[in-house]
Amino acid sequence: MTDATDESELYDLECRNLVRTFGAFIAVDDVSFGVPRGDFFSILGPSGCGKTTILRMMAGFDRPTSGDILIKGKSVVDVPPNRRPVNMVFQQLALFPMMTVAENIAYGLVRKGLNKTDIADKVKSALGRIGLPTSGGKSIKQLSGGQQQRVAIARCLVLEPAALLLDEPLGALDLKLREHMKVELKKMQDQFGTTFVYITHDQSEALVMSNHVAVMNKGRFEQIGSPQDLYYHPDTAFVAGFVGDTNRWHGRVESADASGVKVVSADGVNLIATAAGKTPLVQGGEVDIFVRPESVVIATGEERVSGMENRIEGDLVSILFNGANSRALIRDRHTGGELDVALPQTGEFSHLKRGQAVHLGWGKAQAKAFAADARRDQGVGT
Amino acid sequence: MRMQSATRLALFLLLAPIVLWLALLVILPHVDMFMVSMRERVGIRQYEYSFANYVEFFVEPLYWRTFARTAIMSIIATVMTLLIGFPVSYYIAKMLRGRMKNFLFLLCLVPFWVSELVRTFGWMILLRESGVISNLMQWMGLVSGPVEMLYNDATIMVGFIYTSMLFMVVPLVSTLDSLDDSLVEAGYDLGGNAFTVLRTIIIPHAMPGIVSGCIVVFMLTLGNYLTPVLLGGKDSLWFTEQIYTQFITRFNWEQGAAFGFLLLGLSSLIVWAGLRLSRQTLSQTMG
Repeated sequence: MTDATDESELYDLECRNLVRTFGAFIAVDDVSFGVPRGDFFSILGPSGCGKTTILRMMAGFDRPTSGDILIKGKSVVDVPPNRRPVNMVFQQLALFPMMTVAENIAYGLVRKGLNKTDIADKVKSALGRIGLPTSGGKSIKQLSGGQQQRVAIARCLVLEPAALLLDEPLGALDLKLREHMKVELKKMQDQFGTTFVYITHDQSEALVMSNHVAVMNKGRFEQIGSPQDLYYHPDTAFVAGFVGDTNRWHGRVESADASGVKVVSADGVNLIATAAGKTPLVQGGEVDIFVRPESVVIATGEERVSGMENRIEGDLVSILFNGANSRALIRDRHTGGELDVALPQTGEFSHLKRGQAVHLGWGKAQAKAFAADARRDQGVGT
Repeated sequence: MRMQSATRLALFLLLAPIVLWLALLVILPHVDMFMVSMRERVGIRQYEYSFANYVEFFVEPLYWRTFARTAIMSIIATVMTLLIGFPVSYYIAKMLRGRMKNFLFLLCLVPFWVSELVRTFGWMILLRESGVISNLMQWMGLVSGPVEMLYNDATIMVGFIYTSMLFMVVPLVSTLDSLDDSLVEAGYDLGGNAFTVLRTIIIPHAMPGIVSGCIVVFMLTLGNYLTPVLLGGKDSLWFTEQIYTQFITRFNWEQGAAFGFLLLGLSSLIVWAGLRLSRQTLSQTMG
């Protein structure tokens, strides 16, 4: 990924062996990646994982301790932020309150030294494209949250940057608007054809909008891939636990061979799973097992789940009704552990009551076993 | 009904101190002063109402020139205080964090624990002919004889800036503190350089602080009496000295009262002009 020169031509933005330390703390630990032209690339990670530091280094507000950052194949480590061909959309948007909407959009164009008629034309067309053709003279405070968002993005895109860096710009919006802006952002990216680098801690934002997602944890990239890859084929236990919802067991390997992995969990459940991840599983080794809520079959009778490798009897603790994403919380009758199970949309389970006995089952292919990494805390649960 | 009159009484009691203070200590003396300024002595214990005292200010060049000199020097002192105070405030508000910030802010305040008179005498000890700096320069061989650094306009200016600095730094630090760092970063990110970011983002944001700091410093300097008299000597020609002379030396209260009102009116006019020039309003600045 890093050495071929013809390959780096394809990348609008590239980081090579990027390291940033603050005293003894390593915020970014040897990160390398390339963002192809026109891509919507997300960096997804919990707060404090170093994703904002990477973004600030790309924008030029922070300097890497070592490593290189390339924009369109040229190193920009020594270039100050005002001369870098990337622009940033800030978390709190940072629209200039002392200027009108049009002046905000024109700010970068004026700094570039364009003549007045060109600036006026570009501002007008940008206002049209973000659906605010008549709002040029308004002050920032007169706009709604979603409109401000669009102005903040348009202010950058009129400068035709090599890449647009977005620092959790949807974080400040309420849920409904956030859902709407996800679609809107994706549309804007298609419309302008600019490369987007988007950082977020919200996995649904990353999965919905991105072409590629890098999952970051403790300064390192755990995995880079398409949203589908991350969801269905996680490389590490962290990715399996962080992307999407999942049930999780910690246990010890009884036997491991081509037919599957037999595991006894810490609370005494026998499980059969499929080995996943890069570290081979050995007998007696510690493992984490992940099962998605939608992979678990729920039934009131035993027959429905009899053919499956893993079966559990349990009692319904509660129904978490959320329309199409409704879940049931089931307590394992033998261990007392709780499981999250997706309810099928047929309505067949709408009569379930609290305390009712249910049978759960899932195949070994749906259960992924990762060698537990003793060095790193993978603290994100289900 | 009873409820209403109780609230009314409470309101009246709460307002009473400020009303009394304004009426007895501000309005009443000023009304009396105005009456005094409007009368002209025509004989022993014989007075007539006239504008003679006000006319005197405009016909006698010494008076209005002294006022012009006072106003111009006050404006210069205000601008210089702003030029020195702005970087100081920016450093305290934006570059520092935590304890260091509080410490430096406190350092600006420390001189005000000592009375203005003592502070001014401090300057005199440093600057007089037989003072610390004069002796130091002689000892280092920079000059051959004693140097007198008191009793000139530059020294008065130094005294004014020193006395006023806090009143500029406090409002500036509080407005600059409220400037979001990401606005400055966005200014750079979109292609601005240090100068354009300062001109288009930082200064417009700090404008209310700049204006209120300038008004306070200008008014304090214009009405200052100690600094020009002690550092500038007898010939410093400050307008407040004129007022003092009329009241105390010449025992011409009528003229002194007229000068007092002229100072009030003319300085308000200058502040108004300044607000118009900077396109600010008083309520914006104070709010």
